Amino acid sequence: MIPLLSVDVAVIGAGPAGLAAATAARQAGAERVAVFERLGEPGGILPQCIHNGFGLHVFQEELTGPEYAERFVVQAREAGVEFWLNSMVLSLSAERRLSVMSPQGLVHVEAARVVLAMGCRERTGPNILLGGARPAGVFTAGTAQRLVNVEGYLPGREVVIVGSGDIGLIMARRLTLEGARVKAVVELLPYPGGLARNVRQCLEDFGIPLRLAHATLSVEGRRRVSGVVIAPLDETGRPVLSRAEQIPCDTVLLSVGLIPENELSRQAGLELDPRTGGAAVDERGETSIPGIFACGNVLQVHDLVDYVTAEASAVGRWAGSSQASGSRELALVPGGNARYVVPQRLSAGLVPPFTISTRVQRPAGASVVRLGGVVIARRAVVRPAEMIRVDVKPGDWTKVLAEVGSEGCLRLEVEEERP
Amino acid sequence: MSEEIQRFTCIVCPLGCSLTVTQQPGQAEPAVTGNRCQRGLEYGRTEVSDPRRILTTTISLTGATLRRLPVKTAAPLPKQFLLPGAEALRKVSVAAPVRLGEVILPDLLGTGVAVVATRGVPPGS
Repeated sequence: MIPLLSVDVAVIGAGPAGLAAATAARQAGAERVAVFERLGEPGGILPQCIHNGFGLHVFQEELTGPEYAERFVVQAREAGVEFWLNSMVLSLSAERRLSVMSPQGLVHVEAARVVLAMGCRERTGPNILLGGARPAGVFTAGTAQRLVNVEGYLPGREVVIVGSGDIGLIMARRLTLEGARVKAVVELLPYPGGLARNVRQCLEDFGIPLRLAHATLSVEGRRRVSGVVIAPLDETGRPVLSRAEQIPCDTVLLSVGLIPENELSRQAGLELDPRTGGAAVDERGETSIPGIFACGNVLQVHDLVDYVTAEASAVGRWAGSSQASGSRELALVPGGNARYVVPQRLSAGLVPPFTISTRVQRPAGASVVRLGGVVIARRAVVRPAEMIRVDVKPGDWTKVLAEVGSEGCLRLEVEEERP
Repeated sequence: MSEEIQRFTCIVCPLGCSLTVTQQPGQAEPAVTGNRCQRGLEYGRTEVSDPRRILTTTISLTGATLRRLPVKTAAPLPKQFLLPGAEALRKVSVAAPVRLGEVILPDLLGTGVAVVATRGVPPGS
């Protein structure tokens, strides 16, 4: 007989999102809150992120990943959160039933509320149609990070990093400090994928070249990587083959984006937003299936863990409260330079403040953020790498409702201000 | 002597402000513009005179399932000590158990800056 467990809130994933959501759910009054984590320790990706820069928003101090994780693990334990480690959720139904493979064997769980906090996965070579041979020595940046920082292996000596996402930039510095030579970071777009501060402190500090607007044409090598071939792009975005060059190396790291890990969400049949790759949610983080919530990188890819914590705490509070679901009659869609918007649904009767997140499609100078035509924020610069989070104030929300009425479709626009 | 201007990205927080630091001849402190906070102002000043960074790396760990112990310098290190500091720490090994924040090295390469553990490794883990 497979044991059946009843919980008030089941949280899937014990990364920063799951830890914050579970703690908040307990504090909001939920009696039994269980976190299911497939790894042997909580913290998600944080234990391998040994660099500093975490916690500036949440704690006003600069912590490393393991330190940041430790604080939230302690908080969650003190709040009375129940941890299921080495426990992988195999299935999730719309009726909020989970099957979990745990050290005690298979367990069925029925949950009044479920919080999805599974995080994301890295895009790989096939995802970007990386050409050439398939020798040993090609890693995603996060895998290399785990090898170096947790397992204690150096993946190679001469490294080219394809893509300039934050993990790639962090690894460029990390491998340099461990004695490897990083020969270039190659980025397809004309601007870096990661934060400006990481370009400065991870590349410029160590004289690592950043090759913007360059395509990686192929990986070379038979048994082991021997080099990569790159070429600059012309104005139409095509590689100029006559200017192709080979960079000799024994290792290639890929830092080419993240994909929210939504296999369980699909199984449950909840609505996904193709723009974010995550669930479509309302202002509480509740998905199209009542009682199932989502937060953190499984909802939308974040650049800062502090924002994950803030988002997950808010969602966890709703999941832990006994309030009925929102009415969700307003659709929210991106416009102008905005690439996506979270949440995708709003309830006309919601009580502000609530938070809206968006990212821009292209870098721009001073920009305004408008909701239903009402200016809700301004930014001095906007960059695709940096998420824009706006707390919508009660006064602005009243204006928005007056503009659009309480039904239909609202636009969230980011637009550059004319100088 | 003419004025000296340097432009760079602030690394104090993820906002990544574009700083311009101008040193006028005969002036004690350089002028910083483009910063949005006090910490950015201080960073702009020290970056042109005495650039420093926190060094984070791992050291060898014995007596635990975990093979590497993450560590950091307890204070920012002069930038030229980053590579030598990391190299010196590659030769350091500790045995579990380790407490979070435990001092691993009191003084890294004579800089006066200590190296501390950034995670705890409890006995028997």
